[in-house]
Amino acid sequence: MLSTKNLSSNIVLGQLYALWLREIKVFLRERSRLVASTFTPLLWLIVIGSGLGSTNLQIGTDYEKFIFPGIICMSVIFTSVFFGAYIIWDRKFDFLKSVMVAPSSRTTVFIGKTLGGMTTSLFQVAIILVVGIVLGINYDALSLLQILSIVLILSFCLTSLGLTFGSYIESLEGFQLIISFIVFPLFFLSGALFPIDNLPAWLKLITLVDPATYSVDALRNSILHLGTYSFEYDLAVLLLFTFIITIIGILSFRRMKAV
Amino acid sequence: MITVKNLVKKYADFKALDGLSFEVNENEIFGLLGPNGAGKTTLIHILATLLKPTEGGAIVNGFDVLHNATKVRQSIGVVFQAPSSDDILTGYENLKIHALLYGIPRKLREKRISEVLELVGLEDRKNDQVKKYSGGMRRRLEIARGLLHHPKVFFLDEPTLGLDPKSRETMWKYIKKMVREEKVTIILTTHYMEEADMLCDRIGFITNGKIIALDSPSKLKQEIGGDVVKITFNDRIPLDKDFTKFDFVHKVEQKENSVIIYMEKVNSNLHMLIKDLDGVQTIEYKKPTLNDVFLKLSGDYLSGDSPEGGFMQRYAQYKKS
Repeated sequence: MLSTKNLSSNIVLGQLYALWLREIKVFLRERSRLVASTFTPLLWLIVIGSGLGSTNLQIGTDYEKFIFPGIICMSVIFTSVFFGAYIIWDRKFDFLKSVMVAPSSRTTVFIGKTLGGMTTSLFQVAIILVVGIVLGINYDALSLLQILSIVLILSFCLTSLGLTFGSYIESLEGFQLIISFIVFPLFFLSGALFPIDNLPAWLKLITLVDPATYSVDALRNSILHLGTYSFEYDLAVLLLFTFIITIIGILSFRRMKAV
Repeated sequence: MITVKNLVKKYADFKALDGLSFEVNENEIFGLLGPNGAGKTTLIHILATLLKPTEGGAIVNGFDVLHNATKVRQSIGVVFQAPSSDDILTGYENLKIHALLYGIPRKLREKRISEVLELVGLEDRKNDQVKKYSGGMRRRLEIARGLLHHPKVFFLDEPTLGLDPKSRETMWKYIKKMVREEKVTIILTTHYMEEADMLCDRIGFITNGKIIALDSPSKLKQEIGGDVVKITFNDRIPLDKDFTKFDFVHKVEQKENSVIIYMEKVNSNLHMLIKDLDGVQTIEYKKPTLNDVFLKLSGDYLSGDSPEGGFMQRYAQYKKS
């Protein structure tokens, strides 16, 4: 809304680094957040994995292995959306104001936050990948590279989504809405827990507008060679979603009230 | 240093600022005084480029707040009412992050961080997490943070709100020090009269979004009649005494066996007043405080719906929570 042009790219890079550094330091120091967000996906992997795995499903592999890519995405979904929505908290105390009176543009603040979201997602995914080895999953250089890129893109996409909603919601109670209406639908409709090939038409249609669907599919492709679509197709659709959501996010962020 | 012209800010039907105009000179401490909900914080938010005015405009350090926000932001430091430092980070880390946000070159960064830490007396606590700081220390850290980029103008929104009397006096000491050493122009809002009297070169009284008085504390106090001296005599007032002959006396009233004299500078003029006076029983005098000025000025404005706990304020708090 207010013009903040004429900043050299050097300064903008420093600002991005500052915003990123703040997020990472806060994240690493808030142990409870770190533990909780790592524990939940593992719980799903082990309990749902062995629970449903004992019922003899026709999916071409062990159920635990089948949902493993879905659990990676789950951890990214939870971490990233919440990370973005944390902007509500920043606004609640005056941190955001103090950033807004610095000569940094809102786009810079937005990107700085998404970079922070990406990094925290990477931490979590790294832990889950290690657990994967215990489950008997093998990675090679290509699959690790593919996992890395999908995780980074999905995380960027969903942090933007969280920031978008966070910029409209003023109360902390809004977090509850975000869980019910964004986080869980994104996760359940992504095909993380079941194959999407044989779904009823109406349900399949909904899974198609969930960016996480393509991430789960891409990861299943690269880790288990079991995807519905090709990796390239998944990647392209995911990038498209990310692009659109980021644009909407930046626009929402710029019209957000500072006080 | 700051020019505010005909500033209006409307929220639906409520006018938070109602045609405000004033100027702030270089290197002065300018106080904005007024009850809660008077529009002080709104004004600061507009001057700090966080809010757009509905009408009118303002120039800060030669830059327009509407059209040159970046330049304004580079010229100002702000300490907000609510704490805005990360309490999970250390004081030093908070400062480093802000130094980066302001694009302070790497070579100058460490030196400047030490300078501001030293200025607010926190250098030995810089590696403690902010959550271990007291309220006053936290406020001082935020002052240090606001000074990192050598701002020309500094906004302090209720700098001593919620501090105990001792921390408040410490705070005043540091505010004076920062004017002296950093050569900044300060705008501070407060509703503590003695704070404004102690610190400010000039004071603007705001009520209902309007400035209703603007002058130095001493002039404002003079306006309500200056100092008051009451001389009570043993039996009756000597008839031959004419107090109005002195230049420094404004007005004389008589009541039974005492005279009430409204005058300037009681400290230096009292001896002339009572020279050759016989039969004096007691002499009392009272210097008006800003509180008296405030009560007098706001008297006609605060009738009925008092802003302190009044409807508008409760509504605003409701909206905020």
